[in-house]
Amino acid sequence: MSDQDTAIGAPAKRKEDRRFLTGEGRYTDDIDLHGQVYAYFLRSPHAHARINGIDTSEAMNAPGVLAIFTGEDLAADGVGGLPCGWEITDVNGEPMKEPPHPPLAQGKVRYVGDHVAVVIAESYYQAKDAAELVDVDYDMLDAVVSPADALEPGKPLVHDDIPNNQCYVWELGDRGAVDDAFDKAAHVTRLDLVNNRLIPNALEPRAAVANYSKGEDQYTLYTTSQNPHVIRLLMSAFVLNLPEHKVRVVAPDVGGGFGSKIFHYAEEAVLTWASRKVGRPIKWTAERVESFLSDAHGRDHVTHAELALDENGKFLAMRVDTKANMGAYLSTFASSVPTILYATLLAGQYTTPAIHCQVTAAFTNTSPVDAYRGAGRPEATYVVERLVSAAGREMGLDQAEIRRRNFIPKDAFPYQTPVALNYDVGDYDATLTEAMKVADVDGFDARRQEALRRGRYRGLGYSTYIEACGLAPSNIAGALGARAGLYEAGEIRLHPTGKVTVFTGSHSHGQGHETTFAQIVSDRLGLPFDDVEVVHGDTDRIAFGMGTYGSRSLAVGGSALMKALDKVIDKSRKIAAHMLEASEADIEYADGVFKVAGTDKSITTAEIAFSAYVPHNYPLEELEPGLDESAFYDPTNFTYPAGSHICEVEVDPETGKVQVVNFTAVDDFGNVINPMIVEGQVHGGLAQGIGQALLEGCVYDPESGQLVTGTYMDYTMPRADDLPSFKVGTKNTPCTHNPLGVKGCGEAGAIGSPPAVIDAIIDALAPLGVTNLDMPATPARVWEAINKAGATRAA
Amino acid sequence: MKVSMTVNGKAASADVEPRTLLVEYLRDHLELTGTHVGCDTGQCGACTVHLDGRAVKACSVLAGQAEGAEVTTIEGLANGSEELHPMQAAFREYHGLQCGFCTPGMVMAAVDLVKTHPGASDETIREQLEGNICRCTGYENIVRAVKAGAASMGGQ
Repeated sequence: MSDQDTAIGAPAKRKEDRRFLTGEGRYTDDIDLHGQVYAYFLRSPHAHARINGIDTSEAMNAPGVLAIFTGEDLAADGVGGLPCGWEITDVNGEPMKEPPHPPLAQGKVRYVGDHVAVVIAESYYQAKDAAELVDVDYDMLDAVVSPADALEPGKPLVHDDIPNNQCYVWELGDRGAVDDAFDKAAHVTRLDLVNNRLIPNALEPRAAVANYSKGEDQYTLYTTSQNPHVIRLLMSAFVLNLPEHKVRVVAPDVGGGFGSKIFHYAEEAVLTWASRKVGRPIKWTAERVESFLSDAHGRDHVTHAELALDENGKFLAMRVDTKANMGAYLSTFASSVPTILYATLLAGQYTTPAIHCQVTAAFTNTSPVDAYRGAGRPEATYVVERLVSAAGREMGLDQAEIRRRNFIPKDAFPYQTPVALNYDVGDYDATLTEAMKVADVDGFDARRQEALRRGRYRGLGYSTYIEACGLAPSNIAGALGARAGLYEAGEIRLHPTGKVTVFTGSHSHGQGHETTFAQIVSDRLGLPFDDVEVVHGDTDRIAFGMGTYGSRSLAVGGSALMKALDKVIDKSRKIAAHMLEASEADIEYADGVFKVAGTDKSITTAEIAFSAYVPHNYPLEELEPGLDESAFYDPTNFTYPAGSHICEVEVDPETGKVQVVNFTAVDDFGNVINPMIVEGQVHGGLAQGIGQALLEGCVYDPESGQLVTGTYMDYTMPRADDLPSFKVGTKNTPCTHNPLGVKGCGEAGAIGSPPAVIDAIIDALAPLGVTNLDMPATPARVWEAINKAGATRAA
Repeated sequence: MKVSMTVNGKAASADVEPRTLLVEYLRDHLELTGTHVGCDTGQCGACTVHLDGRAVKACSVLAGQAEGAEVTTIEGLANGSEELHPMQAAFREYHGLQCGFCTPGMVMAAVDLVKTHPGASDETIREQLEGNICRCTGYENIVRAVKAGAASMGGQ
């Protein structure tokens, strides 16, 4: 039995840890089915080429080969394209350009790693060897990889019928009001910003095992997914045209996602389809290079941004023009990331009265780009916070002061921003004040002087960010073009012995739902934590779900469980009234005990559960046996986690090497169920945000379109010795519109941190004349900035 | 070709293709799926096991090279005990794992680190874990766990 405090708010140790620590975790690649064969995907070596023909005859004769399929085979069988779940409307009123996305290429390949054919053989090595014998006749075409380039006239067209590679132009906000405000501004800050393209790199490569059972006419797909129900829906309804009740999708233990495992990928559909054709279970596991090439990437914005201020440093208006890279095809949520999840966050924590944002989305010869930890919100935060910090420097205002002059005051909530969102609650000054205390801002000058004596430059960078989480109110999402509702489902099943199984449509791939959700259920029902089991990730066991992304699991999935718990308690009250021969109105409930008010007559949840399944004397016309309740929860608003990050760096001017010496994050996540898990989520997010700022950057060769950063030799993942020890804390204001008062914490670290790091470096190097710097701030880039600034000053 | 070795204290042998890696032998032939594969280039460290008492990346060793060797994987670390090894227990105590995918390799590397660097400082722990990538934890709690695990291992 558990000997630890597991109440809501306690740092309970995780239920899932034992299996992970003993090698008993069960990830997709750990699953072998009887008679299983293996798939290898032949991928395009070219960024852009016409396929004149594919000759598989020699490969078909290779040892062990069972089948080879190409795009033509899929088309002949009526297999559809991979769908995009969010329709963005262009400023011209037309829907976005939505090119077909065949699971295996038809006619053309459009990025290095695009799927050309699948080879299925008795062993993986046989499939891989045979793939080398597939003869593809390509006509190479010129490629375009950056969004700014792709939108220029006369550039190669990724899709022949989409002019200028333009997917859509979209805007939000009042352009006229913004123009007027800029006309009256005392000061305007202007920045050109690049939000560097990232490759998510969950440590578990994507994998799938598909099986068609002829006897049951049933498909089963095991896959590395954050949302198995969504995969089943998309694959059944749009790609393979299968009856959904004949398709089971299981996402077992999943080794990290960070967004990259939200999407419905080609391999999932092809394997499911092919398992019936071949009559055998088929397994595919990505090699890391395939993850680099074909997982959906993140970010990749080029932005010009302007902030208008009055003479007191008060923000008057913001103007943002962004070019966003969609990659070669529209991935599942790609279109929503640089629009709905981006421009709506440009108010940040501030009272900026007028904001206008225009986004132009471009197709390029690169892997599809979609949501990656934070999805749109890190990009927005980077724009807002870089502008604010630059404005502070330009106007000679202290970084905390310029922020405080513009914060939405804590008594102004609910606060309607000029970019659609309505913030429910927050106290931005509280997190900033606390962060400054923890970061010892008062002692910074002394540390800066001490560093200078050693020939090092120290700087402080601030980021006071906001995010919109808990995706999403379906009403709002639908009005903005979402083709799905974004509620969550949950079910609480009490067993006769008083044990509980909790079914959630959320999915845990590191977040610890099996622990956090069990704490909630155990606390609410007054049953032991160890008697509560949380089940997730299987469409056959959980009625429905929308999965885990956008820091939504607790705010939306947890709320669905709270609704189901209310139903369980309501019914238990009825059962208690019957058993205690009292009126339902007289039954009081607290801590697992139902009591007749003013008496010592009581009964426990566990006793009620037993009775519910042994209803020997129930008044059956009034009271149904059983104790198993489910609920769907659709939020009424987003949640708005916010916080203050302060980064302190030391720069070696000789080498350009940046060391993060202190990093402080004080966040407002609303109520916290398990502070240990929350802190861990912040740490991980910070590592990814600092990784983006200093180390990570996806590079495609602009001429050939080859992925230059395609291994861990070339793409710099943050290692233990790249990162500082983090100081994290919370100053929470409970969310006002969900039953737990929670906001979500999964993405905050990655959203808030990048501008804090970059502005810390700029602050450090300001005495040398450095005023701007792009991510990742590698030693070469920092060294170059120092030397350029020096040369400019000398000239 | 036939390879034989001792894995987690038990004799094991199998017929494998010569190009079979130690990690493939463990996962595919012995069904010891606790050892994970996170990359193809020897960088991520998810496949770290002990070969004759030293931490190695099992993706960078051919099964044939381990002929006759003693191999310990995460499944064998606690020596068949129901109790967790002190390092495993410390990772749980300090929340040094999230998705669990890098964890077996990280724990095996950490146990080796304690032997090669007794009393290691935070900085040394960070340097020594440079060959094991974790995408979830930001390493903060891994460092805390390794320190605590080292203490409860008695610096062995």
